[in-house]
Amino acid sequence: MSNRPELQAPPEIFYDDAEARKYTSSSRIAEIQTKLSERALELLALPDDGVPRLLLDIGCGSGLSGETITENGHQWIGLDISHSMLNVALEKEVEGDLLLGDMGQGLGLRPGVIDGAISISAVQWLCNADKSSHEPRLRLKAFFGSLYRCFARGARAVLQVYPENLAQHELILSYAMRAGFAGGVVVDYPHSTKRRKEYLVLTCGPPSLSTAVPCGKGEDGESCSDDDSSGDEENQTVSISDRHRPRKKQKINKKGKGREWVLKKKEQMRRKGNVVPPDTKYTARKRKARF
Amino acid sequence: MRLLTHNMLSSNIKGVTNGFPLRIEVEKVVEKEVEINHDFLRNIFPKIDWKAFSDASRIMGYVELPEEAPEPSVLESDLEFLRKFHHALLELHLEEGALVCPETGRKFPVNKGIPNMLLHEDEV
Repeated sequence: MSNRPELQAPPEIFYDDAEARKYTSSSRIAEIQTKLSERALELLALPDDGVPRLLLDIGCGSGLSGETITENGHQWIGLDISHSMLNVALEKEVEGDLLLGDMGQGLGLRPGVIDGAISISAVQWLCNADKSSHEPRLRLKAFFGSLYRCFARGARAVLQVYPENLAQHELILSYAMRAGFAGGVVVDYPHSTKRRKEYLVLTCGPPSLSTAVPCGKGEDGESCSDDDSSGDEENQTVSISDRHRPRKKQKINKKGKGREWVLKKKEQMRRKGNVVPPDTKYTARKRKARF
Repeated sequence: MRLLTHNMLSSNIKGVTNGFPLRIEVEKVVEKEVEINHDFLRNIFPKIDWKAFSDASRIMGYVELPEEAPEPSVLESDLEFLRKFHHALLELHLEEGALVCPETGRKFPVNKGIPNMLLHEDEV
């Protein structure tokens, strides 16, 4: 069975009292959520003039992401479908206002009032039909349409999503574009399976310089890595091992993996976003015989 | 729920053309002190629907706001006004009560400060 919560139960049932408590007391989840919200706020790129804005937190849950917004000095309104999660948020006395609502039913806000929105791991829930009356396409349309309407000119939304597959990804993005948003997807650590995070960065208004999508983290080495691999292929030589020699002797002749191999592996790890020690003259150097 | 949020909320029941402002039914109001931030107040002022805001503050039992929207220049100098505006906008919380859609009369209950805006299937 998959461990995606989206496949287990509808959000208002999956996040019951026990799950909400677990979600909030786990320091690991809290740390991830805080990091995601910090990154989302960074991508939101609000002008740095010290004026607090009114932000929307869609799928605010127990207010972990809201706390980050408060720390950055902004006012926020949070929306979530799970009553238990909101109760935990109440206990924590978060600063923002909480609403119990379903984003798939539209947001129900006045037009042109919100300065920006973030959403952490929530929008992919819209791709599921949990009731017979649910139609994912209509719900996505209602969500993005109402989000677009309530935005002030030039406002941005940064939605961190975990799409299950490429089709879901395309579905979410296409409905965002249909609602009139400009923007695209920012992927952090695209080479890592675990740390890879997708953010939809959507801007209200026509495409311009300000709507350009920022770069993801750990993405910079992408183009040159392609060159490397093609170069490697040319340099490769076909090795012919002597089949008739005994196994033991074959092994003795084999050299170690070599500096090049180590550097290649280190580069791979770096692209995945892992912490890798820097390359120095000591990298992959042979130890002395008497160590 | 603060009046800031009330001023942004509207009813989105299917077929309702003007779901704003939601009427407030008060059972319990609490006050929570928050630090005043003049920049935020100046930034949010043009977005506030003043009529709905001052009416809502009266229903919540706070009568010191003017009924007509004041000139934006007031925000620059009048500290006393800013304090009142701040108090009504961010410090008054509707703890228990309901929000009522102005067209259909549908009630959205408010429990522990959280309005329940979930719609029934036939209202979407």
